[in-house]
Amino acid sequence: MENTFNNKDSSKVPPSEGFREAYTLHLADTTLILAQRNSEWCGHGPILEQDIAITNISLDLIGQARNFYQYAASLIGNTDEDKLAYLRTEREFKNLLLVEQPNGDWGQTILRQYLFSQFQYLLYQQLQNSKDEQLAAIAAKAIKETSYHLRWSSEWVIRLGDGTEESHARMLNAVDELWSYTGEMFIPAEYETISGVDYTLLKQSWTEKVNSVFSEATLIPPSGGGGAVFMQTGGKEGRHTEHLGFILTKLQYMQRAYPNSEW
Amino acid sequence: MSTNTIHKKNIYTCLEEIKDPEVPVLSIIDLGIVRDIKESEEDGIEIIITPTYTGCPAMDMIAMNIKMTMASYGYKNIKVTSVLSPAWTTDWMSEEGKRKLKEYGIAPPNPKQQVCHENLFAPNEAVQCPHCNSHHTHRISEFGSTACKALYQCDDCKEPFDYFKCH
Repeated sequence: MENTFNNKDSSKVPPSEGFREAYTLHLADTTLILAQRNSEWCGHGPILEQDIAITNISLDLIGQARNFYQYAASLIGNTDEDKLAYLRTEREFKNLLLVEQPNGDWGQTILRQYLFSQFQYLLYQQLQNSKDEQLAAIAAKAIKETSYHLRWSSEWVIRLGDGTEESHARMLNAVDELWSYTGEMFIPAEYETISGVDYTLLKQSWTEKVNSVFSEATLIPPSGGGGAVFMQTGGKEGRHTEHLGFILTKLQYMQRAYPNSEW
Repeated sequence: MSTNTIHKKNIYTCLEEIKDPEVPVLSIIDLGIVRDIKESEEDGIEIIITPTYTGCPAMDMIAMNIKMTMASYGYKNIKVTSVLSPAWTTDWMSEEGKRKLKEYGIAPPNPKQQVCHENLFAPNEAVQCPHCNSHHTHRISEFGSTACKALYQCDDCKEPFDYFKCH
């Protein structure tokens, strides 16, 4: 199957060299790594319906990742979606640090999904109006699925946060584990200047929504005791936590062990 | 009718034979995923399709089946192109398709968009049981056996069933 990419106007937008490729890869890597993480739940979910839900979300994210990789490959040239996913090293991956964090318990997986889906939904809202027609098309297509992910994960954050003593304690722990990886979403890397996204607005809307869901869930976002909360950064530039290497080892095993194998 | 129109109609008739591998009663025409057919002397026939869901794993198989079916009717030089915009919606599913779905035991998408909203803990959509036609049903899971379906159960006949959720 061939894909058409509406990048015929690329000459009109003169971003700095390679920015568009890097930004597309950042979007691709982020969706792929979260899909891979969520897929670790396959067959292990707390109940069958939720096992199916988290793996369905994985599948949607892999679909988005494929669209981004295919587009990136068309921009870069002389490569394809598989090479980009399976043959790049840890330092070349530009995904958000949040999505590579371990699944932890169900509460931590749910919270990671919620913090990300809330961000992704608002990001795609802006991106669907991008001047880059292909990124706009992918965002407009994917936002419909993202609204399912967002609703599902929001409901679970509320259910668990405002649930039993045990589930509440676990959600507090999940907030502690993940919060410092959320700041990075709103600090644009150099290549993100071509995205046309208003990161100030994005952060503001995200914070409002998260506060509202947290308040219903009887959870409180860390305040840093009056000072700024320390936020981890680096994923967008290829500086990752120790977890990404292990994820790639598993994800890329077949292509590394049997180069060019197909099935 | 010009020869060109007749020709296109014939191509559509061929495409009617190609079924969704996950829901084998629906043709790709019923699903509304065939968006356009283009023809030119030098490039041959181009069939333009769009995925239902971004991660739908059936797309590669559908593309291959289009090429094989068209070849079996003697069409040569077939190209299948996938486009994302405008995004597919269940509104594009034909009435015939909805009827076939129900017959097959899958509740067809409700005509009005009721699911694609942000509201949390919204009441379940009133989905009609494809077996006994009762509206007295409840949702078991928003996510089902494929990306396009949710799982429901009928409170009257007690049968569980798939709902092709509106999108």
